[in-house]
Amino acid sequence: MTPRFIAQIGLTLFVFVMLLNAAAVMVYFERKLAALLQQRLGPYRVGPKGLLQPIADIIKLMFKEELRPAAADRWLFALAPILSATAAFTAFAVVPFGAATTLFGLLDEPMLLQVADVNVAVLVLFAVTSMGVYGIVLAGWSSNSKYSLIGGLRSSAQMISYELSYALALASVLVLANSLSLTEIVNGQAGAWLGVVPRWHLFLQPVGFLIFMIAGVAETNRAPFDFPEAEQELVAGYHTEYSSMSFAMFFLAEYINMVTVSAVAADLFLGGWHGPFLPESLGWIWFLVKVGAILFFYVWMRWTLPRYRYDQLMSFGWKVLLPVAVVNLLVTAAGVLYFGL
Amino acid sequence: MLFYLFGAIAVAASLLVIAQPNPVYSVLLLIASFGALSGLYVLLDAPFVAAIQIIIYAGAIMVLFLFVVMLLHATKEEPEGVPAEAGSPLVLPARGAVRLGAWLAVALGIEFVWALASARESGDFAGGSVSSVSALGRLLFTEYAFAFEVTSILILVAMVGAVVLARREDPPDAGGAATEEGAR
Amino acid sequence: MTAMAPLEHYLILSAILFAIGAAGIFVRRNLITMLLAVEIMLNAVNLTFVAFGRALGAADGQIIVFFVMTVAAAEAAVGLAIVIALFRHRESLHPEAFTTLRG
Repeated sequence: MTPRFIAQIGLTLFVFVMLLNAAAVMVYFERKLAALLQQRLGPYRVGPKGLLQPIADIIKLMFKEELRPAAADRWLFALAPILSATAAFTAFAVVPFGAATTLFGLLDEPMLLQVADVNVAVLVLFAVTSMGVYGIVLAGWSSNSKYSLIGGLRSSAQMISYELSYALALASVLVLANSLSLTEIVNGQAGAWLGVVPRWHLFLQPVGFLIFMIAGVAETNRAPFDFPEAEQELVAGYHTEYSSMSFAMFFLAEYINMVTVSAVAADLFLGGWHGPFLPESLGWIWFLVKVGAILFFYVWMRWTLPRYRYDQLMSFGWKVLLPVAVVNLLVTAAGVLYFGL
Repeated sequence: MLFYLFGAIAVAASLLVIAQPNPVYSVLLLIASFGALSGLYVLLDAPFVAAIQIIIYAGAIMVLFLFVVMLLHATKEEPEGVPAEAGSPLVLPARGAVRLGAWLAVALGIEFVWALASARESGDFAGGSVSSVSALGRLLFTEYAFAFEVTSILILVAMVGAVVLARREDPPDAGGAATEEGAR
Repeated sequence: MTAMAPLEHYLILSAILFAIGAAGIFVRRNLITMLLAVEIMLNAVNLTFVAFGRALGAADGQIIVFFVMTVAAAEAAVGLAIVIALFRHRESLHPEAFTTLRG
């Protein structure tokens, strides 16, 4: 029970609780921002400025009746939301969110603000994202209802299609950064050129960032790629038959996936926790700012852009995004060879 | 020790894959078995192989299997000669040649295990481990470069073949999207 | 966690998995489950490769596993496409339903 061990366990619990809080904050943030974009007020009654609205939502979801269709496969029906939520949380275990810190001198040597420091972090991230597909496929299948099945199959086909472009955009960053460890990738982005422009991968890889964000939005099944769960099209897609806490788990999984994609984008392209004016130990503030900015774009996109039809979505992913991602990787590799970046 | 835990999970899951009748459960149990194998690879100081085991096998190939099982609606299977009782947990082969084949496989397994257990030298993990991905990459692009290129052509051929084989004869429909993904 | 199980234990585990896969092909009379049994066998072989690679201190074990996985992916894709085509023909996944060429 060395102090370091206790600190690690504390960090794990802290990350877990913070992710749950992040989901709750996202619920409020999305509704408030949607309201502002649509020139109405949004939640304003529960608590000051409606800030306690997420708590009201959670209490409502907890007290709803838990239903299960009679012909549904019992084990898979129960397993699907668990799989989704577990994959969403696990993906964040390898994302670093702050510089190495000694916790005000309590520890002998600095500890990274990352739950698990593996040097193949990027691969682990990708592996856990692939597992997230199963929650959706099983939810669609086990509900034994045609809307759920169609929604589940379409949604998972969309996710695995955009995973390719996601991985290729990731690979372009790997070519620049020469390492699979997220901490090293972030640390390679410290400092600035000419003292003014930060050394972010965003400026070296603008196309890569764009591809990553588009693929990330498609991976998390958010607008404008949320056809499989659109209310007007498929009732509610794969989570039609779920209610109460199981539905809350899917909801939770979706928001945490959004947070994870934003956090990974901030780490890979926007320099993670490096930023001007603040010392290294307060870098997590910059990290929060960057993740918040990306989440803001997520919500903004959802309430501004119309939705893609399913075949348009698939053809875009395979015929446009994938070739662009491949060309981006080739150009990046050529650039690294010739300019020695 | 972790090895025995992962090994037990892998064996139990694989046994259940072939022993229980529901193909959807079989696919999920095989994913569990792959997870246990991935843990074993981490114990063998091969984190790259562990990660790509999950990414490729558990994350892509098994999704393909699951799609096909769901699309063909292959939920129940009647074992030969044995009437499918509702809720029967195990599948038993009944016919002569099939049963002989299964027993031969068991005999093969027993022979392997006996041969390995009576091996003379102690298999010690004396050699160092090569776990860095850059070293693997270097090998892959120098010594095994030819195999690498041939494999990429193989995947291209498999992709084209799968799309052609699974295509319907009548005008394009939504089934085409699923088989396109099947060709990953 | 630094003490590793001896090499024979890994090989024995791999042999058991391979035998399970081989028995599975005979026991199961459903084309898709037979393909799953083939995947079990391929994984058993992968385990052997990685174990020997580690024992000999060479990275070649892992490289070969990389190729085996790629070939397994290609084979699974084509195999399942064939199963789909066969199913459309006969509406059955039983291997005995496709014995037209049997002498």
